[in-house]
Amino acid sequence: MSSELLRALWVATGETLYMTSVAAVLVLLAGLPLGVLLVVTDRGGLWERPAVNRVLGTLVNVGRSVPFIILMVAIVPLTRLLVGTTIGTTAAIVPLVVAAIPFMGRVVEQGLREVDSGLVEAAVAMGATRRRVILGVLIPEALPSLVRGTALMVISLLGYSAMAGAVGGGGLGDLAVKYGYMRFRTDVMLGCLVVLLVLVQLVQWLGDGLASRFERASS
Amino acid sequence: MELHRDSRMYGRGEQAVTCCSAGRCAVIELRGVSKVYGRGEQSVTALRNVSLRVEYGEVFGMLGQSGAGKSTLIRCVNLLERPSCGEVRVDGKDMLALTPAELREARQGIGMIFQHFNLFASRTVAGNVAWPLEVAGWPRERIRERVEELLALVGLSDKARAYPAQLSGGQKQRVGIARALAPRPRILLSDEATSALDPETTRSVLGLLRDINQKLGLTILLITHQMEVVKSICDSVAVLEQGRVVEQGKAVDLIARSGTRLHELCYPPSAPADGSALPGGRRVELSLVGEHSTRPILTTLARRFGVDAWLLEGSMERVGETRVGRLLFELTGPPEAVDGALGFLREQGLTPEVPRV
Repeated sequence: MSSELLRALWVATGETLYMTSVAAVLVLLAGLPLGVLLVVTDRGGLWERPAVNRVLGTLVNVGRSVPFIILMVAIVPLTRLLVGTTIGTTAAIVPLVVAAIPFMGRVVEQGLREVDSGLVEAAVAMGATRRRVILGVLIPEALPSLVRGTALMVISLLGYSAMAGAVGGGGLGDLAVKYGYMRFRTDVMLGCLVVLLVLVQLVQWLGDGLASRFERASS
Repeated sequence: MELHRDSRMYGRGEQAVTCCSAGRCAVIELRGVSKVYGRGEQSVTALRNVSLRVEYGEVFGMLGQSGAGKSTLIRCVNLLERPSCGEVRVDGKDMLALTPAELREARQGIGMIFQHFNLFASRTVAGNVAWPLEVAGWPRERIRERVEELLALVGLSDKARAYPAQLSGGQKQRVGIARALAPRPRILLSDEATSALDPETTRSVLGLLRDINQKLGLTILLITHQMEVVKSICDSVAVLEQGRVVEQGKAVDLIARSGTRLHELCYPPSAPADGSALPGGRRVELSLVGEHSTRPILTTLARRFGVDAWLLEGSMERVGETRVGRLLFELTGPPEAVDGALGFLREQGLTPEVPRV
């Protein structure tokens, strides 16, 4: 591999990290409240609102069932509105975030549902406000599974970001398609794969490590 | 018994101030409480028209099989469950009329412990005990002091930094108790607190509950399916069957009086002892409560009336702080002497039951 291509790989890695990390933060910011809402508005929840729950649940399912490629194209107007352009690394963040929020919502929901309902009952019996029960009991108790879920989300974003790259987002996916696939440069293809593999491993390792640290404290 | 109870009532400083001067004041009062889950044909009635009075400073036990509605009932006190109809008064306050903020404040005055402890796994023992105080907005320094004080009370000072997963069942329940007591509640609700514990741990946890009941003047409402719990710490009892209160009163009275459900639970009817039926014998069943239980009844009968007493069954145990005994025996001798002996027992206020001749 020439030094030029190595540089291209380096730049592409930077773009992928940029897309994934900005998207991950935004997804976390939106997915956490979404997951909390999915849990507390459900029947028997802290803030029972069956209608709200149904609407949110349906939205999430719709979001999760649209294939990413189609979603990327479908939300082009939104992307232009938010970023001003539909091409480039920053523009690719919008579909990434939109696609991953419903996924993260379900991941958070699942984590929170694993918390023993008796703990919530005990907290309510102590006169805690809803806010306090959520922030002081539900989320801390679910922390290990929330961390694991976040790692899962980041890894999915890495995968999606490769796809976003293919339609002009830049990043490792873009490089792999342009050089590795279209110009039959197997070495570039392999380079991209190795970097992606390392990133996935790193995120998984970090997530598992953090999660088990929280678990060790409590078991 | 009554005197003892009253002395406890008046002797508790700040706790006793709000108690009404008549001396008989319900801390928890339920009137006509019903709870129906669901609607129409699928509805399930958990409670039917339940009325209860829990008086200041007593340990009140609600005894019932699983499915009798006990846990629904105890949750109606702090409104974890809202009754479908009826009235709930705690400390004179109409709970159903409170605003959400007032209800949260009222709940801080009602501690609760649970069968499965419900400790926060992500917090240390000290963190668990501190939780309700953080909710109540105590300053950090006072929380620290209070937590130390409580852990000393339940004998777990050395476990402050441990996590719940590192504790035994009995220790977990002690943490649960410390946490429930932290904001100085006047009432403690206990939801089958000893059901998941082995007999020895159960005894020590019950001892702790009795202790705090007496030391802190705390009123305890507990639900249980264990007769042992009623016998060892309850002053008053209500028996719940299919959502209805079928019996209510002082534990000692109910256990000593034959024909009540508690009496039957304590002394399951034994197989008719045919072999021991004596010709001309009169079968007598005596319940001995309090001072009666300390007198030599059988030998007195023998000496004064010249009758013989053939003991069939006998037991003597403690219900709370009162000794309660039960004797089943046959009297033989000249008929006048036996009649005289029975008359003597009646004079003593012992109302001998004569189930069979």
